Order: sequence, then structure tokens, then C-alpha cells
Amino acid sequence: MAKTVLQISWRRRIIDHFMTGVAVLTVVLVLLPLGAIFAYLIYKGAGSINWAFLTQTPKPVGEPGGGMANAIVGSMVILAIASLMGVPLGIGAGIYLSEYGRNRYGDVVRFVSDVLNGVPSIVIGIVAYGLVVLRQGHFSALAGGVALAIMMVPTIARTTEQMLLLVPQAIREAAYGLGIPRWRTTLSITLRTATSGVITGVMLAFARVAGETAPLLFTAFGNQYWNWKSDQPTAALSLQIFSYAISPFDEWHRQAWAGALVLIILIVAAVAAVRFAVKHGTLAGA
Amino acid sequence: MGVGITVEHVNAFYGKTQALFDINLVFEANHATALIGPSGCGKSTFIRCLNRMHETIPEARVEGTVRIGDLSVYNGTSATQLRRRVGMVFQKANPFPTMSIYDNVAAGLKLNGFRNRKQLDEVVERSLNSAALWEEVKDNLHKKSGASLSGGQQQRLCIARALAVQPEVLLMDEPCSALDPISTGKIEDLIFQLKEQYTIVIVTHNMQQAARVAEFTGFFLLGKMIEFDKTEKVFRKPSDKRTEDYVTGRFG
Repeated sequence: MAKTVLQISWRRRIIDHFMTGVAVLTVVLVLLPLGAIFAYLIYKGAGSINWAFLTQTPKPVGEPGGGMANAIVGSMVILAIASLMGVPLGIGAGIYLSEYGRNRYGDVVRFVSDVLNGVPSIVIGIVAYGLVVLRQGHFSALAGGVALAIMMVPTIARTTEQMLLLVPQAIREAAYGLGIPRWRTTLSITLRTATSGVITGVMLAFARVAGETAPLLFTAFGNQYWNWKSDQPTAALSLQIFSYAISPFDEWHRQAWAGALVLIILIVAAVAAVRFAVKHGTLAGA
Repeated sequence: MGVGITVEHVNAFYGKTQALFDINLVFEANHATALIGPSGCGKSTFIRCLNRMHETIPEARVEGTVRIGDLSVYNGTSATQLRRRVGMVFQKANPFPTMSIYDNVAAGLKLNGFRNRKQLDEVVERSLNSAALWEEVKDNLHKKSGASLSGGQQQRLCIARALAVQPEVLLMDEPCSALDPISTGKIEDLIFQLKEQYTIVIVTHNMQQAARVAEFTGFFLLGKMIEFDKTEKVFRKPSDKRTEDYVTGRFG
């Protein structure tokens, strides 16, 4: 009797260990490409990152040195414009879908949003070109921001919707029971309860568009010099990487690697900063 | 001070299904009234008709008249205005998980635009005291979230939250069904004290609980109110055979 029990537990332990091993293996497989990309970027790019790279504009062909300072700032400006437009719009749409859109209109919005999510990014660039560039008469950071904002909206809208739906109905009822109006409940109770999930969606969308090149090709266009106006052609890291990578010069290739490394560091830093800020603002046991 | 509640010819529906049939009732001010009956008999639906929570469910509707004090619930009063005067405690404790204990209690006032910090402090302390929770949480008001408390504490937090908006009526929908006997005892003691200031309507599955806390008891069956009387009478000498079968444990 005792022997059978022992045998079963022995078999179970092996299966248990095996399954745990499989789970760990899949995690490693998922993280491996990220680690490999990061390691290769550091190997290729870290050597070219220096003070000049971070503070100077590109030098003409043939002259050594120079940097991507204008592209780093340009990327930040374009992403800031995109976030200012895309995040509120996306969260607003998500709120509609979750709190008011459990009907046919909501289904239409959901469908359109999913289709928009699948539209190639270069097509979105053409739309922004038509909407902003043609009207303004020139390429601009604003046009680039609009293109990226359009790309952010569906991701943010759908994740916000999902996160709000995860908030139990009982929480909303508790608020209604206190005489808190519906709009207040949505903003101050439901959205607040789902904050960390919504932030995840926002950061996902942000990180995705931060590396986009195609929609910026004929919106932000790129710029070899400093530009502080949002209505002028603006440099962006992804554009700079693209044009340097397809150039025939070794020096530029090295700078392209360095630019890619800087871009990925910026994205990681932005995501980590937001995460830290959110975590700092939450309570013990929340 | 509590106010009385008058219920006349109330019918409630979920879409085409009728859940309540012609309910007529009078709740006395500053007393506790228990509503008992088997699962699905409509007692929860009924209590949710008193503060218009029933209509928050899609396709649900109510017919009839409910008056709370001088307030006509379904005529000329907005649901939000009404609910500030009729507090509710739910079956499962539902504190706002991302808010501190303090913010949970203050939520009803704060989110309705009340911002006087000093008065809020007073209200929070008074409400937590009334809910017999102050001593247990006073050192962690801002540090801990409402969700970090134990189940019984959470339910008392929800009671404090409901009391903070100073309602006249307190509706309790099976407030102890998820709690152990000790927490249940605490909440029953609480109901005893709260009766002095509020009119209490409590839905319960536990007949001993009804007998312990309520002066009046209503028995519901299949969406109809079968019997309504003094608690003692309902349990000792029910006038309806079905009530007798239920309270003596022959069904349900």
C-alpha cells in the first residue's frame, strides 16, 4: 500500500519537474530573440556611441564624426505629438467600447479598429500625407505625429476595452450605489481600477510606433539639420537609421547601428519610467 | 434619521420575464426589516428596486410606486440623487481596489464634488467608527488599499463607505453570506446600533440572522410576497402554510 503511494508520487514528481522545465524553456525561447538582438546591437553599435554622436548633427559625406542629436530630439518630438493625440483618442474609444458599446455600434467600431490595426504602416503614412502634408504644403513633425497617432489608436482602444471589461461589475455597482454618476464612475472608479492594464496597452502601442519608419518617409521626411518647428521637415532616428543603413559608407553603417541601439534604449527607458511612475503611485495590497 | 419606505404595486421585469409580482409593503423608519426566501425568489431584485439599481441591468424595468420618506423614487427623482439617500451594501464586499482605505470611505463625497479636507477627515473617522472598523485601520488609512483587508473588514469598510454619504436608508443584500461567524456577529451587532439612525432593509438566507436582527420579516416566494409581519410572528406563528414550510425547513 505504502509502496504504491510512493511510486505515484515519484512519477508525479518527474512529470512535475518535466513540465516546469518545459515552461522555463518556452520562456527562454521567447526571450532569446530579444536578448540576441540587444546583444548584437551593443556589439555593433556601442563603439560608435560617444558624446559627439549624442550632441551633433550629421556631417556631410566623407567628413568623419557627426551624430544623430537632431534625430534623437526629432523622434522624441514626433512621439510626443503622436502620444498627445493617440493616447486620449485611443483610451476614449476603449471607454466607449467597454462602457457604452456593448451593441451594434460598438461592434462596428471594434471591426473598424481591428481592420485599422492591420493596415500596412506605409498606407497610414500616405493618409497622413494627404491629411497634413498636402494642406500644410511641406513635410513636418506634425504630419509624422499624426501618422503614428493613427497607428496607436486601435491598439490602445482594444487593450483599454479589454482592461475595463476585466473590472468587475460589482465595482461599478458600488459606485452607483453611492450616488456617483455614471460618467464619474467610469473615469474615477472603473478607469482608475484598470490603470495598470491600460498603461500596458499604451506602452505597447508607443513601443510599436517608436520604431516605425515607413509612415515617416513622406510625413516627417527627415532632416540633416536642427529643426525646432513642428511644421518643418524633422529628423527621426528610424529615418536616419534607414538612410544610413542603405548608404555605401562604412562610417554611416556604424552610425546606423549606434542609432538603432539608442532608439531601443530610449524605448526601454520610456517604458521603464512609466512603469516605475505607475508602481510608485499604487498602494500596498492593491 | 431614518425614514419609512412605502412600496405599492411593484412589478419588476428582466426583458420579458417578470421577476416580481405586485409587491405591497411598508417599511418602518428606524427599524430593521428582513427579507427571506429561497434563492431566485426575487428578494434581491426587490431590494434593488428600492434604490433603482435594478434598472442598471440591460432591458430590466420596474413598474409601480416606491416612496422613501417624502421622495418618490420613480417619479421626478434622479437615480443618483436618490442613491445618495439610500445606501447599499452588497453580497460580496466590493471596496474600490486601487483606493486607500481613506479614499474608499471618502469616495461617495469626493466624487460628488465635496472637497473640504477637514470635514472629510471627520466624516471618514465617524463612518469607520460607526462601522466598528476605526480601531483596526486607523494607522493605515492612507497606506493600505481597501482590497488588502480581510473579508469581514472589507464588508465593514463597505458599510462605512455607504454611511459616509449620510443616507436615511441602508439596504443590505445578504451582507454576511461570504463571512465567517465572527465577522457575521460583528456585522449583526452593527445592524443593531445602526437601526437607531437608519432604516435598514436586509436580505438574508440565514433565518436565524433574520430572527436576531430584524423587527419585521417579509417572506418571498417565486416573485411574490407571501407574508409580512413582525419577525416573531413570522417565525412562531406564520399565517401562511408556505411560510411555515419554509421557516421550519421543509423546503427551500
